[in-house]
Amino acid sequence: MDKVLVSFSWAAAISVSVVVCIFLGFLVYRGAGALNGALFFGDTPTWQAFLGRLPVWDGIWPACVGTLSLVLLSCSFAVPLGIASGIYLAEYASGRWKTLSVLAVDLLAGLPSIVMGLFGFALILLLRKTILTTANTCLLLSAVCIALLVAPYLIRTTQTALESLDEPVRLVGPSHGFTHWQNVAHVLLPAAGRGLLSGVILAVGRAAEDTAVILLTGVVANAGMPQGISGKFEALPFTIYYLAAEHRTPEDLQRGFGAAIVLLCLTGLLFLAAQLIRRSLGRAWS
Amino acid sequence: MVPAEHLIAGKRAGRERLIRALLLCATVVSSGAILAIFLFLVYFSASIFLEGQFTEVFSWQWMPIQKQYGILSVMVGSIALSATTMLVAYPFGLGLCCFVHGAGPPRLARPLMGLVHFMTSVPTVVYGFVSVFLLVPLVRSSFEEGTGFSWLAASLTLSILVLPTIVLLIHTQMDQVSPGVRLASKALGLSPAQELLHVVLPLCSRGLAAGAVLGFGRAVGDTIIALMLAGNAAQIPHSLLDSIRVLTAHIALVLATDVHSAAYHSLFACGLILFAMTAGVNLAIRAILARSPSGTGGFLE
Repeated sequence: MDKVLVSFSWAAAISVSVVVCIFLGFLVYRGAGALNGALFFGDTPTWQAFLGRLPVWDGIWPACVGTLSLVLLSCSFAVPLGIASGIYLAEYASGRWKTLSVLAVDLLAGLPSIVMGLFGFALILLLRKTILTTANTCLLLSAVCIALLVAPYLIRTTQTALESLDEPVRLVGPSHGFTHWQNVAHVLLPAAGRGLLSGVILAVGRAAEDTAVILLTGVVANAGMPQGISGKFEALPFTIYYLAAEHRTPEDLQRGFGAAIVLLCLTGLLFLAAQLIRRSLGRAWS
Repeated sequence: MVPAEHLIAGKRAGRERLIRALLLCATVVSSGAILAIFLFLVYFSASIFLEGQFTEVFSWQWMPIQKQYGILSVMVGSIALSATTMLVAYPFGLGLCCFVHGAGPPRLARPLMGLVHFMTSVPTVVYGFVSVFLLVPLVRSSFEEGTGFSWLAASLTLSILVLPTIVLLIHTQMDQVSPGVRLASKALGLSPAQELLHVVLPLCSRGLAAGAVLGFGRAVGDTIIALMLAGNAAQIPHSLLDSIRVLTAHIALVLATDVHSAAYHSLFACGLILFAMTAGVNLAIRAILARSPSGTGGFLE
């Protein structure tokens, strides 16, 4: 019986590693050739396209800028909201309300992203019926929905980082006559800073990769550069999804592989950064 | 005249209260969001229950042109796809956990867990994209039937996606078995595999159950893999090579392509079902782990 377990474990470990290697290997093999300036800017002169002065029709640059603006906008909502809620839950809340809030945040974390997209869509339906008859899906709506999607991660990492601080660190403030908030702001938050930062980085990665939410809230295939927060926009994950189904030429397909590698590199780098921060965190406190 | 210290102290107390109020506001927003989403879904799907369209929506036929908006086949699709996904992902996930916790050489444990952590960071759409050009042609050519966009292709790809979720939960539970218990079983002369089989796995039985529930919830909630690979015909599949449509993909497809606003209310019913399923998963995991020995301490400490 235990021999079966050992050989089964080996089989599982080897096959999962092999499958992941085949996936990544295939992606790199097919897409490596596409990684050049033309992938981003097509035939448009690079500098003009980079600044958005000339439209790019056969490159993924508008999608990159779209994803970047989406991530920046949604994190500018989610980071303050998530960190503030995390601080409140860790340092101020107690009793039944704390239990209930933590449950609500957990439920939000488990919500499928398509339901979040549906919520955004419903918001527009409601706005159209009531105060804003011209309301339509747009970058701002996507950013709000993505912010709600990633906020639970931020809340959880903030709360955990603060709650796992040692008792002596917690007593630094009170022993100097600090008020509760002074202790939080000047002692606890700096001490938990790297934990918070790794949470923010993970949230950025999550915001950059999600496809289902933006699918229902304003992403389109050929919007060009994002034109303000009330306009449609392009995004990298959507471009990849779209090209998988709608590629007409081999160049289109090649662009899809290129875009997939670019997105994978982006989330991979963010993951690596979060990992390094977490590791240095462990070293600092042990 | 009020002494200066009192003024400063009063100012300070006011600032404390203000900051506390701001933090409370943020918490109300972030934990109230889930309630708002729930109310929206109920409000927009209410017409089903109020205007007697209940039997119409909960029927088997999805033919929007003939004004038949049945979502039962899509619900069955969701459950079928998630079930086959778990059938593949769960044994592999469990095997990986056993490998990391003693069945394999200890020096391979860290790199393997590193790989699993890395898998969580790979965008879903990238898995889907690679599968469209790698797995789908493979399915098509090896079975010589259909287009390859099938229950099978979606299920295999989805199992790669949910695997890290399962592994990380079970791994955490196994980690909480105290070193003392492990040492005791070593002292009894158990081999690492025997220790896993007779000590660690039984102690983690609740963690094992929670891993299965969480993986299932993750599989039900995914949209992009099913949308890209499952073929999306609204039918009851008869074989693994048939096309299948799930709740999440159904919402995306109808909103992205159709303009029949008459179909919207049935979509909000889909959303409500997904909401209920994932909330149920969440509560089930809480209930399972709250009573687990490693959750409450007990003799494992």
